[in-house]
Amino acid sequence: MSTILISGGMVVDQTGARTADVLVADGVIVESHDGNPDVTIEATGLTVTPGFVDLHTHLREPGKEEAETIETGSRAAALGGYTAVVAMPNTDPTQDCVSVVDFVRRQGKLAGLCDVHPSASITVGRAGHQLTPFAELAEVGVRLFTDDGNGVQNPLLMRRAFEYSKGLGITMAQHCEVEQLTDGAVMHEGDCCSHLGLPGWPAVAEELMVHRDIELVRLTGAPAHFLHLSTAKSVELVRRAKSDGLPVTSEATPHHISLTDELLRSYAAIYKVNPPLRTMDDVVAVREGLSDGTIDAIATDHAPHVAATKEQPLDLAPPGMLGLETALGVCLAHLDMSVSDVVAALSWKPALIAGLGGLHGRPIVPGEPANLTVFDAEEEWEVAPAQLASKSRNTPFVGVPLRGRVKHTVLGGVVTVENGVATR
Amino acid sequence: MSRSLLSIEELGVDGVQRVLELADTMAEVNRRPNPKVPALRGRTVCNVFFEDSTRTRLSFETAAKRLSADTMTFAVSQSSLNKGESFRDSIETIAAMGVDAFVIRHASAGAPWLVEDWTTASVVNAGDGWHAHPTQALLDVYTVRVALNRTAGFDGLRVAVVGDIKHSRVARSTTTAFKALGADVIWVAPTTLLPPVVGETATDRLDDVIGDGVDVLYMLRMQNERMTEALVPNLREYTARFGLTPRRAACLAPSTIVMHPGPVNRGVEIAIDLGELPGSVVKQQVTNGISVRMAVLYDLLSANPNSTSDIEINDDVAAAPKEHP
Amino acid sequence: MSEKRVLEPDDVRRAVTRMAHEIIERNQGLDGVVLIGVQSGGVWLASALGAEIARIDSAIPVGSIDASLYRDDIGLRPVHPAAVSDIDFDVDGATIVLIDDVLFTGRTVRAALDALGEYGRPKAVQLAVLVDRGHRELPIRPDFIGKNLPTSGDESVSVTADGVVIS
Repeated sequence: MSTILISGGMVVDQTGARTADVLVADGVIVESHDGNPDVTIEATGLTVTPGFVDLHTHLREPGKEEAETIETGSRAAALGGYTAVVAMPNTDPTQDCVSVVDFVRRQGKLAGLCDVHPSASITVGRAGHQLTPFAELAEVGVRLFTDDGNGVQNPLLMRRAFEYSKGLGITMAQHCEVEQLTDGAVMHEGDCCSHLGLPGWPAVAEELMVHRDIELVRLTGAPAHFLHLSTAKSVELVRRAKSDGLPVTSEATPHHISLTDELLRSYAAIYKVNPPLRTMDDVVAVREGLSDGTIDAIATDHAPHVAATKEQPLDLAPPGMLGLETALGVCLAHLDMSVSDVVAALSWKPALIAGLGGLHGRPIVPGEPANLTVFDAEEEWEVAPAQLASKSRNTPFVGVPLRGRVKHTVLGGVVTVENGVATR
Repeated sequence: MSRSLLSIEELGVDGVQRVLELADTMAEVNRRPNPKVPALRGRTVCNVFFEDSTRTRLSFETAAKRLSADTMTFAVSQSSLNKGESFRDSIETIAAMGVDAFVIRHASAGAPWLVEDWTTASVVNAGDGWHAHPTQALLDVYTVRVALNRTAGFDGLRVAVVGDIKHSRVARSTTTAFKALGADVIWVAPTTLLPPVVGETATDRLDDVIGDGVDVLYMLRMQNERMTEALVPNLREYTARFGLTPRRAACLAPSTIVMHPGPVNRGVEIAIDLGELPGSVVKQQVTNGISVRMAVLYDLLSANPNSTSDIEINDDVAAAPKEHP
Repeated sequence: MSEKRVLEPDDVRRAVTRMAHEIIERNQGLDGVVLIGVQSGGVWLASALGAEIARIDSAIPVGSIDASLYRDDIGLRPVHPAAVSDIDFDVDGATIVLIDDVLFTGRTVRAALDALGEYGRPKAVQLAVLVDRGHRELPIRPDFIGKNLPTSGDESVSVTADGVVIS
């Protein structure tokens, strides 16, 4: 394996910030080594951090390879500074058994651009009826379980899931949506949807399930992770649960800290996402949740869709937005947080939630695995959909000023992105 | 001057007035023994109906024909959409055949805006989801303008829109049009049939509204499926609270105009024979629909040339003065 | 652009009086004669001629017609109807004197003739204009002329009761 010198960058990790060279040999950060490095990355003026970890990536393979494959999604992830992603299980077939999970992991290894860690569904086929084999799946390394795309509607089933998960070292991750309140909904329920004559997705549909699961955590003692919090009240519910000492964590997406439902006035389905873009008050509350640690992680909910499906009226188009390649730029542009706190939410905090804390989001000190991201925290740029590595183009951030751009990514001592270009 | 008519908001007050004045001209054409003018010869209007609406389609078709435009109809039941052809493909294919105007009816709010993005032809929104139905709104205000001889505007006119406002593109567009002309509009409905955020004055007491005096009573169609969605308990209770019953009709001032976008759910929102309602203008609405849609098509197509022409404009109108004594 | 006044208000008044006499004379009276002004410039002239004819002899029906929807340049430039056509008398068998302020290319008159056909079958249609400025593009010839006015094609002629101005 090659040796890498990352010279002169501002190293930011959980131990603090300092200007330092980082040396990598055989996939591990080292104090020193003999001879000249094989690769030198000039990082003066750049920030060097542990690689990012995305808790929420839809790679679409198997089943929807026309929208994304594990390889194209991994490349997009690497370009976004990610060294690990959690692959969401709403594939076809569903990641609800060892064979599908193994397939996804294997495809990730073949691509070699990013560690792909499959999550698994809570219920078989995400149908909400029967639990998946948690223990078998935990045995092969699955740590997060979710029916994402849908929430588990049945409270009894969810109670059983929490109870059964205890002691297996796994976490239930909930997409919070009481579906009876969102039948046919395409956007946030409020002023905008009233005017546009579109069926609304009320905030309470999310908040009811956040509340239900907090109480089930209180009842069972099992941990829970809340996916893509989008409303002010949801953030407040999680804040209180944490102050009660309950084992809950949560995430927010880049789009929920930067975009509002007003964008739907264009009737462009590119802005349709689930949970929907909400009001500015909600955006502010989610940002505050990230600032005060109520929300642990920034997760992309990267959801590729082929163009034709988004060229439809809002109610017919599928929900979802790309996120991997723009996450850092959106976060640094829209969050009033230090670079260090933003990186915490992109890297070591989600690494712990994903159960990857031994490999990713590690301090940048000798002996640790070389999963690193080097970015320019100041560069201002705009996304060009045609240049995205993702197979799809459904980014909502066209024309949105971004700040902070990934330059280099190192995965296990191998450079996956060099000067903003994927190496494979 | 706009290329398309998508909503009353985008048409604006001046545009509404312009269409209403044009509609007077078209109404005069429609009163003639041969109600046809050559104005849009050589233009093609394509009715694209992704949602069934025979009434609206016939009204547009008649309007286009009376202006001598050629018409085509693309209805979803006979289309290739069922074979997986995309919405965009369908529109672009029809556009390639040489269409000057698309009249779009779609069950999805916003669909006409997409069509406008995909074509250079004029687009007329003939109803999109729960969102907008601007030609209905224009024919509604035109009907009131004619019935009350109010060409200057509707200042002080009291309008009550009654019924399922939440799911009604008619209520949204008509309210906007009445307000643009200066009328005061009140929505009358149970909370379950109002949009989540109500920007208008609203009440659930129809008797109070009638008692306070109302110039225009606009009854909306009540659809049966609303019962299964638990929006109202049953039709009997709906009619008792929000229907135009013989008792309420007797309380109306003789000058009150009663309107309905049709088709009337007899015995539900209007529980009295329309023939017994002297203020009913429901039939006039249908008749005026032709004149208003002619006005809309003429307004758009006379402004949106279908071809770049080298014909020199050298005409006596160019010499006409602006004003005459 | 320079303006040139070619007719004074008195000139216009005299022209109208002369044309009124000519209309009566040509038709050997007023039996079956009606006046129809072309929107928008011919309408004031039609009512002025109608008033003058009533003063000289007797009142006859006066109407107006908007020929916008019959024009051949719709889509080439904005063509707006000026007002609703107003013909509240029977034109079948009538002798219609079609009236416009300026005769130029003849296209407006052509459109007005087409429009008139929708109201019935007149016995004859005659054409009266206050100003004939030439440059005809169609085989149309006026029967009554207030003033022949040679102009160039790019000039503009403005006609009101207050006079005629070329600019």
